[in-house]
Amino acid sequence: MLDINLRSPMSTDERHTSDGFAAGMRAGMPFALATILLGIYFGVLSQSLGWDAAASVLFSILTFSGSAQFAVAAVLGAGGGTMVAILAAVILNARFLPMGIAVAPYLKGGRWRRALEAQAVIDSSWALASRGNGRFDRAYLLGATAPQAVAWMGGTAVGVLIGDGIGDPNRLGLDMVFPVLFLTLLIGELKAGGRRAMVAAALAAIVAIALLPITAPGIPVLACCAAAMVGLYGRSTGAGS
Amino acid sequence: MTTLWVVILVTAVATAAIKAAGPVLLGGRRLPERLTAVVSMLAPALLAGLIVTQMLGREGRLTLDERLLGMAVAGIALVFRAHVLVAVVLAAVTVAIARQLL
Repeated sequence: MLDINLRSPMSTDERHTSDGFAAGMRAGMPFALATILLGIYFGVLSQSLGWDAAASVLFSILTFSGSAQFAVAAVLGAGGGTMVAILAAVILNARFLPMGIAVAPYLKGGRWRRALEAQAVIDSSWALASRGNGRFDRAYLLGATAPQAVAWMGGTAVGVLIGDGIGDPNRLGLDMVFPVLFLTLLIGELKAGGRRAMVAAALAAIVAIALLPITAPGIPVLACCAAAMVGLYGRSTGAGS
Repeated sequence: MTTLWVVILVTAVATAAIKAAGPVLLGGRRLPERLTAVVSMLAPALLAGLIVTQMLGREGRLTLDERLLGMAVAGIALVFRAHVLVAVVLAAVTVAIARQLL
């Protein structure tokens, strides 16, 4: 196994501090910085499509999902219909269903309070809050999402105000930020999860590569969840307590 | 403009419902042991899937391009115990330069 330095805002040392929310916020900051730029880009893009300024900002506040919002903009921008746009967004966000089931036992309060807290589930925060053996740190999850929510909504508002002019942020390599951060999180999961985690990750990668060219965006990542079934086999460490 | 508002509102409600479904159905109950075993492997599986689709996907196709170079640079930096943010910046700079040149 590679010996990789994870002394970062998302280090394991900070994972068990009592002030999980603050630690989560620190861990979410690198994601938030990238999210500001993506938010600005979304705001600018939506204006170039002639969207009402209030609609763009409200979209980011209500949906708070970059992948789904960019997909909607792409579909509508290309002249696609209402149903196609909605379907694209729903398929892209379908992965939040298993992610929501996973965190549900670790949230607080009754069903509806938990449903409200589950709105904080986004890829980065969910993975940051994962504590192995299917456990999750609620405060860390909420903390990690907070700066990213502000960044996405604020970024969109700035982009709407600017209207044009920053160009495609991917020319700056911005599209590398999330994959590299996800890679560091994956390395942490592989270290903690042992061989089964490696098998799960490898299977998921194969599934994604196989489906990418032939399915709608969103389906490959959703189908990757099936790779988690390896958890049922050869349970050497037990499944939590 | 009506189409846009319909899409925005339906997408928002659908996304919230997808996220809320698990907690609403489960409440505070612990998951059955077998499901917990699956959930414990969800993070590595999802992260691998997200990385692959973001690295290799482009407009619904498999594409090998400068992003792999950036990822390799980040990987090497991490092996040499670079801080995560240093790896991120190196990857972004590598890809940005490659896009300027290519």
